[in-house]
Amino acid sequence: MAKRTKTLELHIKKGKRVIPGFGLTLGITIAMVSVLILIPLASVLVYSLSLSGEEFWQIITSANVLYAFGTSILCSFIAAVINCIFGVILAWTLVRYDFPGKRILDGLIELPFALPTAVAGITLSKLYSNKGAIGSFLDKFGIAVSYTHIGLTIALIFIGIPFVVRAIQPVLEKFDSQYEEAAYSLGASKRTTFIRVTLPELRPAMLTGFGLAFARGIGEYGSVIYISGNSEKKHTQVVSYVIMQKLNYLDYSAATAIALVMLIISFIVLLFINIVQIRQSQRTNNV
Amino acid sequence: MSEIISDLNTIDKESIRIAKKYKQKNKNAAGSKEGTFTKIAFISISLIFVVLMLVVPLISVVINSLKLGLAFYIESITTEYVISAIRITLLATVIAVIVNTFFGIVASWAITRFNFKGKQILTTLIDIPFSVSPVIAGLSYIMTFGRMGWATPILDTINEALGTDIQIAFAVPGVVLATIFVTFPFVSRELIPVLNAVGTDEEQAAALMGAGGLTIFRRITFPHIKWALLYGIILCTARALGEFGAVNALSKTRGGTFTLPLEIDALYLSGSADSITASFAVSSILVIISVIVLILRNIVEYKVKK
Repeated sequence: MAKRTKTLELHIKKGKRVIPGFGLTLGITIAMVSVLILIPLASVLVYSLSLSGEEFWQIITSANVLYAFGTSILCSFIAAVINCIFGVILAWTLVRYDFPGKRILDGLIELPFALPTAVAGITLSKLYSNKGAIGSFLDKFGIAVSYTHIGLTIALIFIGIPFVVRAIQPVLEKFDSQYEEAAYSLGASKRTTFIRVTLPELRPAMLTGFGLAFARGIGEYGSVIYISGNSEKKHTQVVSYVIMQKLNYLDYSAATAIALVMLIISFIVLLFINIVQIRQSQRTNNV
Repeated sequence: MSEIISDLNTIDKESIRIAKKYKQKNKNAAGSKEGTFTKIAFISISLIFVVLMLVVPLISVVINSLKLGLAFYIESITTEYVISAIRITLLATVIAVIVNTFFGIVASWAITRFNFKGKQILTTLIDIPFSVSPVIAGLSYIMTFGRMGWATPILDTINEALGTDIQIAFAVPGVVLATIFVTFPFVSRELIPVLNAVGTDEEQAAALMGAGGLTIFRRITFPHIKWALLYGIILCTARALGEFGAVNALSKTRGGTFTLPLEIDALYLSGSADSITASFAVSSILVIISVIVLILRNIVEYKVKK
């Protein structure tokens, strides 16, 4: 047995690829990524770069495009913050407590992933309109939800919640409760223990979940276009809707220019998530 | 005498220890009361949030869809448009799942079984569809195969040479491609962590003993990844069935290239009360599928963890 392991190790050390299929699998992978993802995205890039700088600037700084970016970014940000708060509570409840129906609750968190966005969109829009079940109740207090920024934010909360819960849950499961016990027995109150010991450990996971929910929110289309009302006057158009509108008017230059800016924003968010995750793994490896 | 003193000392120390312990116990009791309060508060907040944000919308689809009775419901999910949409949706989903399953297995094999430069970049590239708006996915295929697309002349030449009339943008192939794009990383993302965790020892041993690539995969790798693979396929199916934004950009003919979500959109936006109810009826088909997906997913996730 030991001898065989040694031969294996020798082979591996020599840098020989023992397992077959390297060239074939890598070749297919790169070919498929290029044809299906990179080349189509590059077409957007190439087309938008063929615009002159002045044209590009004019499209991007036109009032309704700027408002759309403002609306998308602001509403996604608020929704992601709210999701972080409820995400921690939900993850905490699901990891730390036992109660009947826990597994159903855990399964339901994923509903926004499984439910088609268009279905979520029309349902939320109907539900929160002034004739809907929740909307008519809120209407009594003079709160309009559908066709306003509030409605848009609610749709983004719906879409983003599983990202945050699923980012925090595994970290909380692995989190060793002996640190909390140590803090507690040294005289820290429960609240202090949570704020000073637990929360710092959860912060990277919260940031990852926040980033994922935020990125998804900025690009979201199906679930927001019904409830937002897409009014240019009330600034409830989101970026994806504006791109689609330009496409329908066959205004390809504007569509690609806006898409390029949006791609840059989502890459920045992606980069941010990657940095947080790398830091997190370095930290856990050091311990 | 000195013995008695030391005995007394011990007793003293012992009593202090007991007193401390008692105090500690009391404090713990108070703490657990505080704990139950937090527990109840946390569970209530969680339940209210999930019911209000997730369960109520789900139920409201069903209620809305049955508003005009069962006969209307059945009538509205069997119109010509809906049947055509179901066909296109299933076609796009089946092709996307096959392509992405094949890709997922091949890519995760390349990424986890070998070391090469640029591995990290390749993994990031595969994940792009997660972070790109679906509308941009649709747009990118239009810019490739549409009227302005650079691939259109090439496609025209092929069509002329072969005497065929293959269209991609605003036709069924475009819908299929857009569906593949948005679900591209689903399978590989589930397989990569599992394959990394399993390690390569068994496969290396098999290779050294002379097994071929396919035999190694079938006999050694596949049994390790089968649940993760099924999990990835379920996720991929769910997303493919429900894709809206990407397909919306590439599909403009109702009854021809429309998928179910597009049909729902068309019914909802046509505005009359009847067609809105019909759009909820069509939605309920997808709601039923997504509830089944959730249940399957839960079962499979449990198996993966085991």
